[in-house]
Amino acid sequence: MRRLILILCLIASPLMAVQPDEILSDPALESRARAITATLRCVVCRNESVDDSNADIARDIRLIVRERLVAGDSDAEVVQFMVDRFGEFVLLAPRATGTNLILWITGPALLLAGLGIAFATTRRRAEPARPLSAEEEARLKELLKQ
Amino acid sequence: MRGMITELGHFALILAFGLAILQTILPMVGAWRGWADWMATAGPLASTQFVLVALSFGALTWAFMTSDFSVVLVIENSHTLKPWLYKLSGVWGNHEGSLLLWVLILAFFGACAAWFGGNLPATLQARVLGVQGAIGVAFIAFTLFTSNPFLRTDFPPFDGRDLNPLLQDPGLAFHPPFLYLGYVGLSMAFSFAVAALIEGRVDAAWGRWVRPWTLAAWVFLTIGIALGSWWAYYELGWGGFWFWDPVENASFMPWLFATALLHSAIVVEKRETLKAWTILLAILGFGFSLMGTFIVRSGIITSVHAFASDPERGVFILLIFAIFVGGALTLFALRGAALEAKGVFALVSRESALVLNNVLLAVASLVVFVGTMWPLVSEMVFGRVLSVGAPFFNAAFTPFMVALALVLPIGAILPWKRGDLGKALRDNWGIAVLAVALGALAFAVQTGRSALVPVGAALALWLVLGALADLWGRTGRQSWGDRLRRLTRLPRADWGKATAHAGLGVMFFAVAAVLGWATEDIRIAQVGESFQHNGYTLTLTEVRREQGPNWISTTGVVEVTRDGRPVVTLYPEKRVYPAAGMPTTEAAIDYGLTRDLYIALGDPQEGGGWALRTYVKPFASWLWLGSALMALGGLISLTDRRYRVAAGARKAPAQATPAE
Repeated sequence: MRRLILILCLIASPLMAVQPDEILSDPALESRARAITATLRCVVCRNESVDDSNADIARDIRLIVRERLVAGDSDAEVVQFMVDRFGEFVLLAPRATGTNLILWITGPALLLAGLGIAFATTRRRAEPARPLSAEEEARLKELLKQ
Repeated sequence: MRGMITELGHFALILAFGLAILQTILPMVGAWRGWADWMATAGPLASTQFVLVALSFGALTWAFMTSDFSVVLVIENSHTLKPWLYKLSGVWGNHEGSLLLWVLILAFFGACAAWFGGNLPATLQARVLGVQGAIGVAFIAFTLFTSNPFLRTDFPPFDGRDLNPLLQDPGLAFHPPFLYLGYVGLSMAFSFAVAALIEGRVDAAWGRWVRPWTLAAWVFLTIGIALGSWWAYYELGWGGFWFWDPVENASFMPWLFATALLHSAIVVEKRETLKAWTILLAILGFGFSLMGTFIVRSGIITSVHAFASDPERGVFILLIFAIFVGGALTLFALRGAALEAKGVFALVSRESALVLNNVLLAVASLVVFVGTMWPLVSEMVFGRVLSVGAPFFNAAFTPFMVALALVLPIGAILPWKRGDLGKALRDNWGIAVLAVALGALAFAVQTGRSALVPVGAALALWLVLGALADLWGRTGRQSWGDRLRRLTRLPRADWGKATAHAGLGVMFFAVAAVLGWATEDIRIAQVGESFQHNGYTLTLTEVRREQGPNWISTTGVVEVTRDGRPVVTLYPEKRVYPAAGMPTTEAAIDYGLTRDLYIALGDPQEGGGWALRTYVKPFASWLWLGSALMALGGLISLTDRRYRVAAGARKAPAQATPAE
C-alpha cells in the first residue's frame, strides 16, 4: 500500500481543461475567451483544443488569451497573437487563404458537380414517352387481340 | 500445456492463410472456366477457414483469460488483477488482437455467404467467395507478417503491464467489435460488387442480397460509433460526444457511405436502376473502411487514439488498399458502363430523391475525408503546416446534414417513377408549420442564445412527424379504423424506415440541445460548502480514497438537491491504474430524460478545496436514444418479409404487394 501511495504521488494527475483559478470575473470577457480557446489547437496534443486540453502549454495559452483580452485586445488580435507565435498550426479551422481555398471549396464544388451529373443523367434517362412507331402499333394491336 | 494452446492457435491461423489462398484461386478459376467442381470448393473452404480462424481467436482469448504471460501480447495488455471482462476485451484492445478479430469476422461473413447463399447463381456465389478469400489472404498475411499476436517470450514475467486504462470500460469493451462487424460487413457488399462486375450482370436479386448485408453492416457501425461517442461523453470529463478526431472520422466516413449504399441498393432492388452507382458506392464504402483502418493503424495522422502507430504496418495496409480499391475501380471503369439500367424515372420521383440523398451523403463524406487528410496533403505538397479540427468540420459538414433533413420527409413520400412535388409538399404542409412553430417556441424560451437549438428543434420535429406521416400515409384512404388495422400490417421495411428516420430527427434535436443549451460551472468547492447551479444546490460532502481491483481512486461525494428535496448523490472519481501508470477521470452522471447532470472531480487546490466541474446537459440521453432508434430501424427493416422469404430469389417475386 505504501508503494501505491508513492506511485500516486509520483504520477502527475491530469489538470482538467479550464481550471477554476483561470476564470475571469467578467462573464462577457470569459465567454469570449472560451470561444477563442475552443478554436485554438493545443500545439503539443493530438487534435485537442486548448479549451479541452490538460497539457501545461494549453493552460499557459488559456491564461495568455485572457491576459490579452483583459488588456483590451479584440478577438482577432488575440488569435493573430497566437498565430504569430505558433504559426497556422495553432488554428483548428485553417484560414481560407491560398492553397487552403481548395479545402474550403471542396464541399460546395463537389456538391455542384454531383448535382449537375445527377441532373444530367436523370434527364437523359427520363426521356419523355415518344409515340409508338407504326411497327409497334401493329404489334400492340396483335397482342391486344389475343 | 498452456503454451501448446497458443501454438495451436498460431498454427491454425497459418493453415487458414493457406486455405484463403485456395479460396481465392479455385472458385474464381472454376467460375471462369465453368468447372462446377472447382466452384464447389468455395463453400467448404470458407467454412473450414472460419473454423480455423475461430480456433486461433479462441486460443488467444484463452491466453488472455488465463493470463498466460509467455505470450508477449498478454504481457503488454493484461494483468492478473484485471476484471474478467477486461481480460476478454483486452484480446481486441490492441493492434494485433484487433486484427485477429477483424479476420475472424471476415471469415465468419464469408462462411455465411457459403451457408446461406445456396440460392445465388453458382458463378456469382463462387466469385463472391473468391473475392472474400482474397481479402482474407491480405488481412491474414498482414496479421502474420507484421502483427503476429502469438509471439512468445522465453522468460515470462510474473505479471503483465495492464491494458490501457482508458480501454478498461464497458462502453469501449464492445466499441471495437461492433465497428469491425460494420467495416467487415461492408466487405460483403464489396465482394458482391466485384463479383457482379466480373459477371457483368446486376439485377434485382443482386440488390436483394447486397441490401441486407449493407443494412446489417450499417446497424453495427451505428451501434459501434454510438458506443464510442457515449464513452467519450462519460470518460473524457467534459461531456463532449464528438470531436472530429481523425479516428472518429475514419469510422464516420464508411458509415456515411453505407447509409448512401443502403438507400441506393433499394433502387436497384425495386427498380433495377442506379446499378453502376450502387456498385461504385459498394466499392467506396469498403474502400473507406480500409482507409479508416489505415488511418487508425498507421498513425499517419496524429490523433488521440494512436495506441498503435507504426509506419511499416501503414505501408502494408496502404498496399492492401491500393490493390483492392484500385483493382475494383479499374474493373468498374472497364465494366461499369455495361450495367444496363432498366427502370426509367422522372426528375421528380423517389428514385431522384434517393439520388439526392446519395449525393448529399457522398459529398458530406468526401468533405470529412478531405478535411481529415488535408493537414497531411498541405504539409507534403505545399509545405504548409496546419491543423483541421472541429471548427472546420462543424462549418463545412453541417450544411449537408441540414439540407438532408430538409428534403428527407418530402423525398420519402414521393412515389416511384414519377411524383408530384406539389402534392408531397401539400401533404407535409401541416408538419412544416408545426416544426417552424416549435423552432419559434425554442427561440422564445432561450432568449438571446444562438439559433442552433431553434433550428435543430424545428428540423427534428419535421423529421419525426414526417416519418410518422409517411407511415400513416401508407394506410390508404379508408376510415380511421381500417387505417389503424392496416398500419399494423404494413411491411416491416416501412416501420424500419420510419423508425430510423425518426431516430435521425431525435439526433438532430439532441445534438442541437447539448451544444446550444448546456450550462457549465467550474469552481473550487470546499468540502461541506454548498453552491447553486441551474436550479440545483450541490454540496461536496466528502472526498475519500477507494481501492478497486486494479486501481485506486479519489472519490468525491456530491449531494444534489432541488428546492430542498434530494435529487441524487453523485460520486465523481479520479482513478489511477498503478500497473499502467495512468490516471483517468470517471465523471458521475445522473442520466435523465430531459437533462443529464454531469459532475467531474478535479485536483485538490493549494488553498484547500477541490476543483469541481458541473454541467447540465439538456437532452443528452436523446443522443443515445436517437442512435438506438436508427439502429433499431435498421434491425426492423432487416426482418422484412422479403429477406426472410425471398432472399436471393433469382427473379423479383411477382407478388401483388404494392410497391412502396
